[in-house]
Amino acid sequence: MSGRQNDRGPRVRMGHMGVAEKAKDFKGTWVNLINYCRKYIPVIVFSLIIAAAGTVLTIIGPDQIGKMTNEIQKVIAPLMAAGQMVNVDLSEVGRIGMLLVILYGASAVLNFVQGYIMATITQKIGRNMRTGISQKINKLPLKYFDKVSFGDILSRVTNDVDTIGQTMNQSIGALVTSITMFFGSAVMMFYNNWLMALTAIGASILGFVLMILIMGKSQKFFMRQQKDLGAVNGHVEEVYSGHNVVRVYNGEKEAGRFFDEVNNRLYDSGWKSQFISGLMMPIMMFIGNLGYVAVCVVGAALAMNGTIQFGVIAAFMIYIRLFTQPLSQLAQAFQNLQRTAAAGERVFEFFNEEEMEDESGKTKELADIKGEIEFRNVRFGYDPEKTIIHDFSSKFEAGTKIAIVGPTGAGKTTIVNLLMRFYELDSGDILIDGIPSTGVRRDNVQEQFGMVLQDTWLFEGTIKENIIYCKKGVTDEQVVETCKAVGLDHFISTLPKGYDTVLNDKTTLSQGQKQLVTIARAMIQNAPMTILDEATSSVDTRTEHLVQEAMSNLTKGRTSFVIAHRLSTIKNADIILVLNKGDIVESGTHKELLEKGGFYAELYNSQFENAS
Amino acid sequence: MIRILKYLTPKEWLMAVLSLGFIVIQVWLDLKSPDYMAEITTLVQTPGSAMRDIWVAGGMMLLCTLGSLFAAIIVGFFAAIIGSELSRRLRSLLFRRVDSFSMEEINRFTTDSLITRSTNDITQIQMVVAMGLQLIIKAPITAAWAITKIAGKGFEWTMATGIAVLTLLVMITLLMIFVLPKFRKMQSLIDNMNRVTRENLTGLRVVRAYNAEDYQEAKYEEANDELTSTQLYTSRAMAFLMPVITMVMSGVSLSVFWIGAYLINSAQAVDRLPIFSNMMVFSIYAMQVIMSFMMLMMIFIMLPRATVSANRISEVLDTKPTIHDGDKLDGLPGLCGEVTFSNVGFKYPDASESVLKDVSFTVRQGETIAFIGSTGSGKSTLINLVPRFFDATEGEILIDGVNIREYKLEVLHNKIGYVPQKAVMFKGTVFSNVAYGDNGKGEFTEADVENAISIAQGADIIESMEGRLEGEIAQGGTNISGGQKQRLSIARAVCRKPEIYIFDDSFSALDYKTDRLLRNMLKKETAGVTSMIVAQRIGTIMDADQIIVLDKGRVVGSGCHKDLLQNCEVYKQIAVSQLSEEELVS
Repeated sequence: MSGRQNDRGPRVRMGHMGVAEKAKDFKGTWVNLINYCRKYIPVIVFSLIIAAAGTVLTIIGPDQIGKMTNEIQKVIAPLMAAGQMVNVDLSEVGRIGMLLVILYGASAVLNFVQGYIMATITQKIGRNMRTGISQKINKLPLKYFDKVSFGDILSRVTNDVDTIGQTMNQSIGALVTSITMFFGSAVMMFYNNWLMALTAIGASILGFVLMILIMGKSQKFFMRQQKDLGAVNGHVEEVYSGHNVVRVYNGEKEAGRFFDEVNNRLYDSGWKSQFISGLMMPIMMFIGNLGYVAVCVVGAALAMNGTIQFGVIAAFMIYIRLFTQPLSQLAQAFQNLQRTAAAGERVFEFFNEEEMEDESGKTKELADIKGEIEFRNVRFGYDPEKTIIHDFSSKFEAGTKIAIVGPTGAGKTTIVNLLMRFYELDSGDILIDGIPSTGVRRDNVQEQFGMVLQDTWLFEGTIKENIIYCKKGVTDEQVVETCKAVGLDHFISTLPKGYDTVLNDKTTLSQGQKQLVTIARAMIQNAPMTILDEATSSVDTRTEHLVQEAMSNLTKGRTSFVIAHRLSTIKNADIILVLNKGDIVESGTHKELLEKGGFYAELYNSQFENAS
Repeated sequence: MIRILKYLTPKEWLMAVLSLGFIVIQVWLDLKSPDYMAEITTLVQTPGSAMRDIWVAGGMMLLCTLGSLFAAIIVGFFAAIIGSELSRRLRSLLFRRVDSFSMEEINRFTTDSLITRSTNDITQIQMVVAMGLQLIIKAPITAAWAITKIAGKGFEWTMATGIAVLTLLVMITLLMIFVLPKFRKMQSLIDNMNRVTRENLTGLRVVRAYNAEDYQEAKYEEANDELTSTQLYTSRAMAFLMPVITMVMSGVSLSVFWIGAYLINSAQAVDRLPIFSNMMVFSIYAMQVIMSFMMLMMIFIMLPRATVSANRISEVLDTKPTIHDGDKLDGLPGLCGEVTFSNVGFKYPDASESVLKDVSFTVRQGETIAFIGSTGSGKSTLINLVPRFFDATEGEILIDGVNIREYKLEVLHNKIGYVPQKAVMFKGTVFSNVAYGDNGKGEFTEADVENAISIAQGADIIESMEGRLEGEIAQGGTNISGGQKQRLSIARAVCRKPEIYIFDDSFSALDYKTDRLLRNMLKKETAGVTSMIVAQRIGTIMDADQIIVLDKGRVVGSGCHKDLLQNCEVYKQIAVSQLSEEELVS
């Protein structure tokens, strides 16, 4: 058997089970990718040249080994023929040996430099891509996120970029070295002896045809296994997460029966694909050995004729290894290129999403505003085909409290989205102090509002950091003062590290306390207007009281929009906007609306009417 | 890892032993073929050898290679079968064990972790068993055998090989010491980056409202840089590995020949040809030895991960469910849907404080009992005791006059129509979701299902589905809205025709109007069924026959809406925040 698998050891990838993903547009994606890495291209080309040079040095090696063998063999022939004792020319052997040491050493250095450069570059590209994605997230309109799940974006940031980094690193270098090695060793073989070269290449190709045939057949098993694995995992996930329901409804038997069915299917496709992927190694070895035997036999025949010297056989034994090895590496490299393209495609798809309009040209600014808001002929729909707010006009004086009410799913957050310019109007205007909000920069509009949402958003960081957030120049005293104002100071002082307590999944703040933190955050911002989203569920009663108080504190003297669930809030509002199916159907005070007997009155009564 | 192997059957052990036999044959053949190589070398060097002998030796070599291939295929076959059989068995055992768990065990492991254990961890084991059978056994046998073959052939050559192996081992060990920890750290850095990204995504509106884009990006860059520098470190270190391995391998071939030159020079005439043949063969054996050691190293890198997986699986398999089945099939005669709690308390194991304490009440057939209180008051825990998701740690719970622990679980569950807070949908159809499970009264008919859905105010769902009752429901019900899911989930409970409904905060996802209509329908269409309701909204429960107010696991008030307003402070506070003054007095 040969030592043919030489440097494959650690590169064998665990689990050849997967099927290589295919990109929809392989070429286009690679063009994009090369374009993206423009500034690194000179360095990449340089490293590829180095890689090719290193490989060439490796290929010269066996030829020299052959020469060395010939030197040694010189003493055998006369001995066998005439019993003469001749000594090996040790100085010649030493010369070749030193040459080889230098060749191998230089080749190792070159390969290392190549690997180092490629590793560095691919990691840098990966980092740039991640940065790009993170910046892109903040440039995309919110509309984009309606149709894409967070998991999808997250997997682009991590999995896809990671795949690109890894596969690019492995594939480009491997591609160049493999091709060089393949043709180089073929050339060297022909240079040494054409008949043996043909023998070696013929034997290898025979083996590879066999392998390709098997691989072609195996693809469908891998595909089936992937599908079955998905089915089993999906079922497990479903039953585990619905465990309570499965149990109480005595669904175990049914779930078990289905599980057995998919599990058996997975067993069947699993062992077949495992078996086939396990075949690859032995077959690779067999191909190597086949070439080996052929080279030995043909070489021996030629040597006995005296056509070749014995060293040629020694050299060919190494060449056959160098020749078969790149073929499997090439297959792997191409698979990697495919994977790079598939992952790259997803990343570029994200990069190419349409961004929000660039507003750096807008010079007008809102400053020291009073807080007067006017909706003028506002028309809007999330889907341009489906307008939900048809023609809404209304004017709110500075300092007005506006309650937004309506059944679940009525689109109460739409109003928030429009005020904050998270979404753009289809037509009409929202004016702040008489200035259309589209006339100034988006961030300038957003600066005018303090916002507290129902799903309290806190990040991993200290309480202080969470309250100050990105506001500059806030002193510790201001933070404490604000927390006193929202009634949070007492609670924070009971924490072991006070304001420096880190909030993460281990610290348990109640829902109400979280709400207070976000209210404090909005207060620190001290914006002229506020947007509040009341919690629907009742938190514990004492904190509930604090939250109500803090909210009314925050809205004091400011124009405020409140998505209201509490009746007290609704009643205290200066004006109520009633929403249904996305549109604003009524507006007025609580009394007016009740007297009108419209949608609001019905909604209000249904909530509290006794079930009969 | 060993613990997992006990799940192999005798048949599989037999296959493993057979594999061992074939591996030995394979190694023998692999190591035999260089002998023929030596023979060929000798023949070529000996003048007057017949070409026929070379063909014979070549043919033998080819036979060895073919034999080795067949042995490898057989071993691969056994390995694939054993690995897949084991994983199928483990998967099934795990699935059934998790099925029998109560909520206590599920909470201990967490659902996500149980899912990973049943999927990824098992795949991991399958791979290691299949690969292991081929490598773990083969590598040491090859190494040992090859060493004995070369040991006698020349001390200097053996030394050279030894040094090469040692160099590689030292290098890989160094890499493991310096690089493996970085690989481990990398996972946490990736998690960190994910967290920051997720943070930005979930807080999209807040980030924009506060114009905090730069703030978030700065934070992200920090995580990104940290990750990049670690990845640079590891991939640069790995770039070092390949050239060194190649160099060591090439170095071994070179040294064998170089040393050979000296050996032949100093040898007697008769020894020269054997030494020359040995030299050719040795270069091959040396590679075998080095390769085997590399494989061994690989196994050592792989094994820890598999061991972790194996332990995680055993942990689940070794956990016995805490809920035991009873044997009673019926309640006391004449009783139907009566639930009694007497001095019930509940404490999590190892917890210092009780979640529930001293809860007593009785609810009779057809009555409605409601539980209200702030988050963490224990109302969900209380209601979870009835279907025995947990067992009460104090007191007893009776249904139809019999302690629920004495019922056969299936019988107990047949009495209950349970609707969880978060609706659970299974991949299938509207029909398969509503007619889910088995209530011990035979198959559900289409009419049953349709009726249940219309009681649950879901008639419009059927209309909107393509194929009506046979309309597809995606995994997790992602193709229908939250309100629709909740109504189908309620229909599922109605369809069972139970004695007792348990609604664990099931109405909050519905708007007020639907909530009210649904409860009216339930009352009318399924009169005689007892209802136990946990709710957040006073509006949902104010007409209940009995309301239990909970605070920190204790009952702080019970009675009807009017009484509680008068004499229960906690109830009043909740009511004030939700209702107006007039409604309070009316």
